[in-house]
Order: sequence, then C-alpha cells, then structure tokens
Amino acid sequence: MREFTYHRAASIADLSPDATIIAGGTNLLDLMKLEVMAPPALVDITHLDLGGVEPEGEGLRIGALVRNSDLAAHPVIRRDYPVLSRALLAGASGQLRNMATTGGNLMQRTRCPYFYDRRMACNKRDPGAGCAAIGGVTRNHAILGASDHCIATYPGDMAVALMALDAVVEIDGPTPRRVPLADFHLLPGDTPHLETVLEPGEIITAVILPAPPGGQHRYRKVRDRASYAFALVSVAAVIATDGGRISHAALAFGGVATKPWRDPEVEALLKGSEPSDALFREAADILLRPARDWGENQFKIPLLRRALIATLRDATGMETAA
Amino acid sequence: MQITLHLNGATHDLDLDPRTTLLDALRHHLGMTGTKKGCDHGQCGACTVLMGGRRINACLTLACMAQDAQITTIEGLGSPERLSPLQQQFLDHDGFQCGYCTPGQICSATAMLEEMEAGWPSHASENLDGPFELSHAEIAERMSGNLCRCAAYANIVAAIQQAAGTTDHREDAA
Ligand SMILES: Cc1cc2nc3c(=O)[nH]c(=O)nc-3n(C[C@H](O)[C@H](O)[C@H](O)COP(=O)(O)OP(=O)(O)OC[C@H]3O[C@@H](n4cnc5c(N)ncnc54)[C@H](O)[C@@H]3O)c2cc1C
Ligand code: SF4
Ligand code: FES
Ligand code: FES
Repeated sequence: MREFTYHRAASIADLSPDATIIAGGTNLLDLMKLEVMAPPALVDITHLDLGGVEPEGEGLRIGALVRNSDLAAHPVIRRDYPVLSRALLAGASGQLRNMATTGGNLMQRTRCPYFYDRRMACNKRDPGAGCAAIGGVTRNHAILGASDHCIATYPGDMAVALMALDAVVEIDGPTPRRVPLADFHLLPGDTPHLETVLEPGEIITAVILPAPPGGQHRYRKVRDRASYAFALVSVAAVIATDGGRISHAALAFGGVATKPWRDPEVEALLKGSEPSDALFREAADILLRPARDWGENQFKIPLLRRALIATLRDATGMETAA
Repeated sequence: MQITLHLNGATHDLDLDPRTTLLDALRHHLGMTGTKKGCDHGQCGACTVLMGGRRINACLTLACMAQDAQITTIEGLGSPERLSPLQQQFLDHDGFQCGYCTPGQICSATAMLEEMEAGWPSHASENLDGPFELSHAEIAERMSGNLCRCAAYANIVAAIQQAAGTTDHREDAA
C-alpha cells in the first residue's frame, strides 16, 4: 500500500478535492492494497452525521452512511421496498454488509480482473493504456453498454434494486444537487475512468426513494456459488397487475452491463399487456437487441433471457418453471 | 500516528503507520494472534472480529478507523477456563480440523446469533419478516462469509445449532 495521510472529517467542510473519501473501506482498502488505487490523502467520513433512514415526503431519505446490513433489516425497507432488502441480502457477506455503506456501495468499482492486475493494460485504471480484457478472458464482462475502450461490468446489487425504485442521489459540495440514479453512473464510452457524475470534492449525502411503488418485488441473482459471490446476471423487478393486466413494470439488471441497466422500451411493452410467455419472450428480445458478447461471456445472453422470463413469471403469479 | 484501541475490555495506546489494518495491529503490534489472516482481501472471514458488537473483517478495516470502538476478538469471547458456549460447542462437535478458520468462525457465529435474535432476515429467509429458523440453509447463508478450507462445515453447523440453545453467546457480554 502506498503512503497516505489520514484525516477524520468533523464536518462536510473538511472535505476537499485532494482527499479521497473512505467510508466502510471494503472496496477502497482492497484496491489500495493492490495499489490499483493510491490516494495520497484519505478523509474518513464515518463520524459525520449522515446516518439514518427518515421519511421524506411520501418516500424515504437514506443517509449515505447507513450500513448495508441495517438498511436490509430496516422495517420500512422490508415492508415497502422489499426488492432493496433482497438485493442487499444477496450481496457480499454478513461481515461486509456490516461495514459497507450506502454511498460506498453506489461508488464500488468493477471486478474486472484486468483492472485488478496492475501488469495488465486497463483504460479505467490508466486512461489511454488499452484494454487487456478485449481479446482476453471475458467471462465476467458486460454484454450491454460496453465500448471499444472498456467492457467491464458494474458489479453491485444494491444499485440495481435502487434503479427499479427510481432512486435519486443527493450530492453535497460546492453546488449541492440531486441526480436520478439512472443518470448517476456513466457509460464507459472513450472515458471509462469516469464512472459517475460525482466530481472531486463532492460527496453523496443520501439516497432518496419516492413513494412506495407497491406491487410484487423480486430480486433474482444468478451466480457461480449460492452465496458470497458477485452476480453473473441479476434482475430487480417491481411489477403490479390490475384486472389481469400489468399496470406497473420497473425492471433493472446487474452483472450484465457497464452500469446498472434499465430499458424503458421493455417496460413500455409490458405496461398494459396481459402476462404471457409470448409477451415475456418479446420483452427479452427487446432487452437483448443491443447485446454484444466477447466470447466467454456469450452465455450471459441466454442466461439474462431466462432470468428475465423466470422473474416475470414469478412476479405475475405464473408458474416459475418456463 | 497515535491510536487508542479498546480491545477485549483493555485500552492500548499505539503508534502506528496509518496504513496498518486492524488485523495487523492486533497480530503484529498487540501480539493477539488468535485472529487469523487468510486472504487479506475480505474474501475468507478468517479475520472476523466484533467491533461495537458487530462482526466485521479486520483486514479491510484501518486501525485508525477503529479508534474509539470496542473491539472483541476470540481471546475476549472466553478463556480456556471459561469457554463461551460457541467455543465449547465447536470443541464438542469437532467444528474444525486445522483450526485456522475457527476464531473467525466463532466470532462470526457469535454475532450471527445476535443478528438472528434481533430479527435480521437473510438471503435464505423465505419471508423478510420471519420467523427465522436456525435451519441448515439459514446457517449456511448467514455464515457464508467464513470459508473453511478443511470443509468442517457440517460440524460447524451442528455446533452453532447446539450453542443457539444458550442465550448468552459470549463471556464478555458488554
Ligand atoms: C469479498 C467481497 C465480496 C463482495 N460481494 C459483493 C456482492 O455480492 N454484491 C455487491 O453489491 N457488492 C459486493 N461487494 C462490494 C461491497 O458491497 C462494497 O465494497 C461496499 O458496498 C463498498 O462500500 P464501502 O462503504 O465499504 O465503501 P469504501 O470502500 O469506503 O469506498 C468505496 C468508494 O466509494 C467512495 N465513497 C464512499 N462513500 C462515499 C460518499 N458518501 N460519497 C462519495 N464517495 C464515497 C470512496 O471514495 C471509494 O472510492 C463485495 C466486496 C468484497 C470485498
Ligand atoms: S474492461 Fe475496462 S476495467 Fe477491464 S481491463 Fe478493459 S478497460 Fe480495464
Ligand atoms: S483475512 Fe480478512 S477476510 Fe480473509
Ligand atoms: S478448520 Fe481448517 S480451515 Fe476451517
């Protein structure tokens, strides 16, 4: 690990563009040990007053320092936003969820093995260096949202559920603002080192949830082992039916794309339609239209199709085995 | 930098490089070698300790960030003369082979049983609001952050189920 100075922030005013925020430390320290990240200065925000889950309007305001385990177990989240509890509980381990924070979780970086290996070319780690994953082993990589400069997935689970819940990110800094989560993460394009709209010196202070959407909530995560593994494919679904037709459909996808993925065309197709296998197959066709594979990750295309169809059958009360 | 750690009921003043993890502070600076280093990257659970009563990975925690918190390690859960219920049950059920993962398993299980009592759901829970049973599936899920290379899992599960019958899972209930 490279040397750094450590400072415990007493107020938001202690933040500076030159110091990297540390919260739970579970992603940052991991990357610092490998010298994939080498910040010269750390500012510890864990003693700031950014905890708590409070009502805001008809929705909720989740403080950036709320730990993943507390959020998953929170009675209002369990009752009104169960897809979020389910996504959190499907991530990492009991220990890590006790450390990981809401803000840090949103900011977690890719698990692309070439990004982690400093001997390999990586545009995300070292802009302009090239991408060793393209032409390399791509089993983990994205089938949606990739560019010729980076094909790494956004690895997290929590943000996928938050996408399906229309969450908004509250940012403090020189210009405090609120950004819909859908606009928070960036596609890699030709600048894969820029992952979110957050600027140096800015901090996530909270995540805002709108009024509870009701309906059926599902988080389906497919992975290499039953627990303590990142998603190969995940589907967050909030689906309501009314009079035999789908009245609300919010779907987001993890493990398959360069950012938490949502496709308005898929949802538009479902809304107002009667649930059927034909409809769900068509939804999968639309979702996968822009999909592109790099060899080893080809399996994610049929896997995403099946995971989507199974989730939709489950959430609309059809039998799960398609 | 000057760091004060509150460990197993005692207070220690240390002069540490800010890079020192809580795990290295325990093992190398305080000689508390019960807590083990497996992967050093949050992937195995060998370094599990309790911070403010909650289980965490000491390898991904900076010692300077643990300042002011109450840390409990395997040495603080019980003593050879007075084992904690989980320590006793791991012995009775042969919940280990080489023993390297065991301190982490026991610290993790201690906090896991308290999470169950607090009504926390898990990925394996059918209903987010319970009731939660200490089934094999629940224990396997809730303990998935602790790997055992000797695969003593069957006996670890049995030890935890047996210990859950006793309410006070640790010697130092503070
Ligand atoms: C072995 C292992 C398995 C895992 N498995 C999963 C999994 O299955 N699913 C999953 O979703 N995740 C998984 N994770 C990732 C884990 O969820 C993240 O590491 C964690 O959520 C990061 O939160 P943190 O508070 O520890 O962040 P930190 O490590 O403290 O910070 C991460 C980044 O966020 C920035 N940051 C932190 N807080 C803020 C803020 N408030 N405002 C602005 N920037 C901020 C930091 O500067 C840093 O760049 C796993 C991690 C490990 C080590
Ligand atoms: S896919 Fe992205 S993160 Fe992985 S090596 Fe290529 S540029 Fe780096
Ligand atoms: S040594 Fe900390 S999790 Fe492996
Ligand atoms: S007993 Fe050997 S690693 Fe678990």
